[in-house]
Amino acid sequence: MNSKITDYIIEKIIFLCGIIAIVFVVLIFGFLLKEGFAFFKEYGVFNFIFGKYWYPSSNPASYGVFSLIIGSLLVTLGAAIIAVPFGIMTALFIAELAPKGIRDILKSIVELMAAIPSVVLGFVGMVTLVPLVRSVLDIPTGLTAFSGSIVLGFMAMPTIVSISEDAIRSVPWQYKEGAFALGATKWQTIRRVVLKAAMPGIIAAVMLGIGRVIGETMAVLMVTGNAAAIPSSIFDPVRTLTATIAAEMGETVRGGLHYRALFGIGLVLFTITFLINFIADLFLNKKR
Amino acid sequence: MSFKLSPKLSQQIAYTLLVISTIIVIVPVLTVIVIIIKNGWSALSWEFLTTMPKDGMRAGGILPAILGTLAIVSCAICITLPVGVCAAIYLNEYAKDNLLTRIIKLAIVNLAGVPSVVYGLFGLGIFVMLLGFGVSILAGALTLSIMELPVIITTARGALSSVPYSFREASWSLGVSKWQTIRRVVLPNALPGIMTGAILSISRISGETAPILFTAAAFYVPHLPKSMFDQVMALPYHLYIISTQIPNMPKNIIFGTALVLLLMVLSMSLIAIVARLYFRKIRKW
Repeated sequence: MNSKITDYIIEKIIFLCGIIAIVFVVLIFGFLLKEGFAFFKEYGVFNFIFGKYWYPSSNPASYGVFSLIIGSLLVTLGAAIIAVPFGIMTALFIAELAPKGIRDILKSIVELMAAIPSVVLGFVGMVTLVPLVRSVLDIPTGLTAFSGSIVLGFMAMPTIVSISEDAIRSVPWQYKEGAFALGATKWQTIRRVVLKAAMPGIIAAVMLGIGRVIGETMAVLMVTGNAAAIPSSIFDPVRTLTATIAAEMGETVRGGLHYRALFGIGLVLFTITFLINFIADLFLNKKR
Repeated sequence: MSFKLSPKLSQQIAYTLLVISTIIVIVPVLTVIVIIIKNGWSALSWEFLTTMPKDGMRAGGILPAILGTLAIVSCAICITLPVGVCAAIYLNEYAKDNLLTRIIKLAIVNLAGVPSVVYGLFGLGIFVMLLGFGVSILAGALTLSIMELPVIITTARGALSSVPYSFREASWSLGVSKWQTIRRVVLPNALPGIMTGAILSISRISGETAPILFTAAAFYVPHLPKSMFDQVMALPYHLYIISTQIPNMPKNIIFGTALVLLLMVLSMSLIAIVARLYFRKIRKW
């Protein structure tokens, strides 16, 4: 008798949990918007986005994030150049060439790679890669956008490999049989048929990998040198949007202009990753 | 182009390139793990794991950081697991293919993509300041639980949807209600998948630094945490501090700390991976 009522209550609870993701997205966006707008009103959106100087502690303080945006873009671009070709080729190997046993091992290693905390990668990058970059390239410091790109490229790899691999493996076998029947070699089939059919999924994989790179914080903070100036090349130190929030939030006055400026940066980051994920999702759905 | 490779040869070349690229991707992972084990092994001892830091953290152990991380992570998973599983049940068992469901799915995808440091900002604004929890275990755990929600929902949903539809039909045909069917038939069969997802999530949030940076973590706390509203030291944050902020830090302590964190995270991931392969093997359908 009572079970009907419990069922009803439980189903309502389940529904509330179901929509909780929407609640949080709206809450996060709303909160960033509230603090960010308070800042924009006082400082001006144009001055914020295109201002060249990020000097939060000078008097008068200046909060231009242009150099930080360039820093983030440069590191991300470098990481993508490294991660995209290697990631896709590795996905092809795992999906099409590796025998089953090796495939399982490789997939497990890729998963382990995703599990290594970014602060650990940042630390290892700091003590091994950074001195190496400095001595090989003979530059004053190894804390550069280049080092950041290498570490981040590595961090984007698991996302790109595993999602591309899914896309490649979900290509219907009839497509391949068709190509073989026309006398194509296995590689011709992979290149002209499988890659093409899996392309929407691979593009989504690349975008999600890039989304992860833009949002990555600790490793970048530790290896890019954190100089808030527009870099003249990839071998200069840079500072990213994420690293700025992480490095400075601790020393701000809660509710002050600097505090709100960092929320403004958060809003910029949220908007960028929202767009990237939205577009990636369109590609993933197109695949079906 | 007048010169053209034969299909056989170009296939050979392409395959070689694919193998090389796979090696290039795999080798750094193993290198990172080897470097940390090699350099950190000497620091590992019972004392290192069970004593407080000394001399401005340049000596002694990392007990408070380990306990702090355990406290934050266990709170976070206790919050996020039930909510995430319920959300997955809704999406997989109840939701119809309508606009609301599409919006929920889009929200989950976007929640998964929000940068971890932005979660930190959100946690600072909502939990630390607005709700007045202060920088505390609770605020950090809530922040991490929201961050992990999309992962839990997605893996739990995968586990639920792998339970064959016929199981549900058999139960309904016996007159069992929808919720009872989910509880007695679907959930038990999906449990291994849900648990592996949960273990992977624990592993992931144990290593997160940015979300707890301003919500839970403290530079140094001279005593162990006593309540949910205490600031704590946390392993990943501790690693960040000792490797960047403290001059003349002995290298083996930094590597030792990195090794403890890595062992914690990787052992849980390995357990999850092995469990998943095992359950896939013994599954009866």
